[in-house]
Amino acid sequence: MSAMLFAIGFAVIVTKKNLIMMLMGIELMLNAVNINFVAFSKFDKNPEQGQIFALFIMLVAASEVAVGLAIILKIKKYYENINPEKLTELKN
Amino acid sequence: MEIVLRELQNGNVAFGIFCLIAVIGAVYVLFSKNVLYASYGLLVSFLGVAGIFVFAGGEFVSAAQIMIYIGGILILLIFGIMLSSNKKAGKGKLNIENMNKVFSLTITVSLSLLLSLLVLTSKFNTKSFKPQQHIKNLGYNLMTDSVLVLEITGVLLLMALIGATYIAKKDE
Repeated sequence: MSAMLFAIGFAVIVTKKNLIMMLMGIELMLNAVNINFVAFSKFDKNPEQGQIFALFIMLVAASEVAVGLAIILKIKKYYENINPEKLTELKN
Repeated sequence: MEIVLRELQNGNVAFGIFCLIAVIGAVYVLFSKNVLYASYGLLVSFLGVAGIFVFAGGEFVSAAQIMIYIGGILILLIFGIMLSSNKKAGKGKLNIENMNKVFSLTITVSLSLLLSLLVLTSKFNTKSFKPQQHIKNLGYNLMTDSVLVLEITGVLLLMALIGATYIAKKDE
């Protein structure tokens, strides 16, 4: 179940030609990892550790999305598109 | 997987429904043609994951999932979609193009099968412990053992948000 969610998130990252969609894929993958943390914390001696880990993953994901969207807006203003295939200025 | 099977054997239909909701939302994100609709699919998936958290004994984590992901991250994403959509493209401005679909689908299916195989073949020690007062213990643990991590994450979040607003502000 969690493995399927992780795989779908990976596919979204690889497939989409849009930076925002790639951010969504990252969110899906983080969610899959969180499921595992919480599910296995149920069978731990002290179930708080896994849940606290999941909470911190959520916080880091929130800050990551905020910074990512700010950078995407800047890129959009500068290059007029957010397609990672067309952002090839550093290639030559 | 073992947990999933056990819950399903106990006749827990709601758990299966939540699993299905999460996976269907994620698949919709993968196959939808519109960025905005994809974000709605992401919302459905997050709700399903929140339901799974409840079954895994993390009530507080489930509430935090709904508040942080659906209330924070998804709103940010939708704002980003609206602000970054290309006005010149006209009607199809929210459409998304895909690339190397076959390659990514192959990788996805193989990765999914590999992980499922690993999970099914490995034995986990999943004997149940007696139920505890989860949220109370969570609060105690958060304020005693992991208080340093808590503070560091708070500072990180503050820095990230200030940095994001600074990056996104209009140049003079």
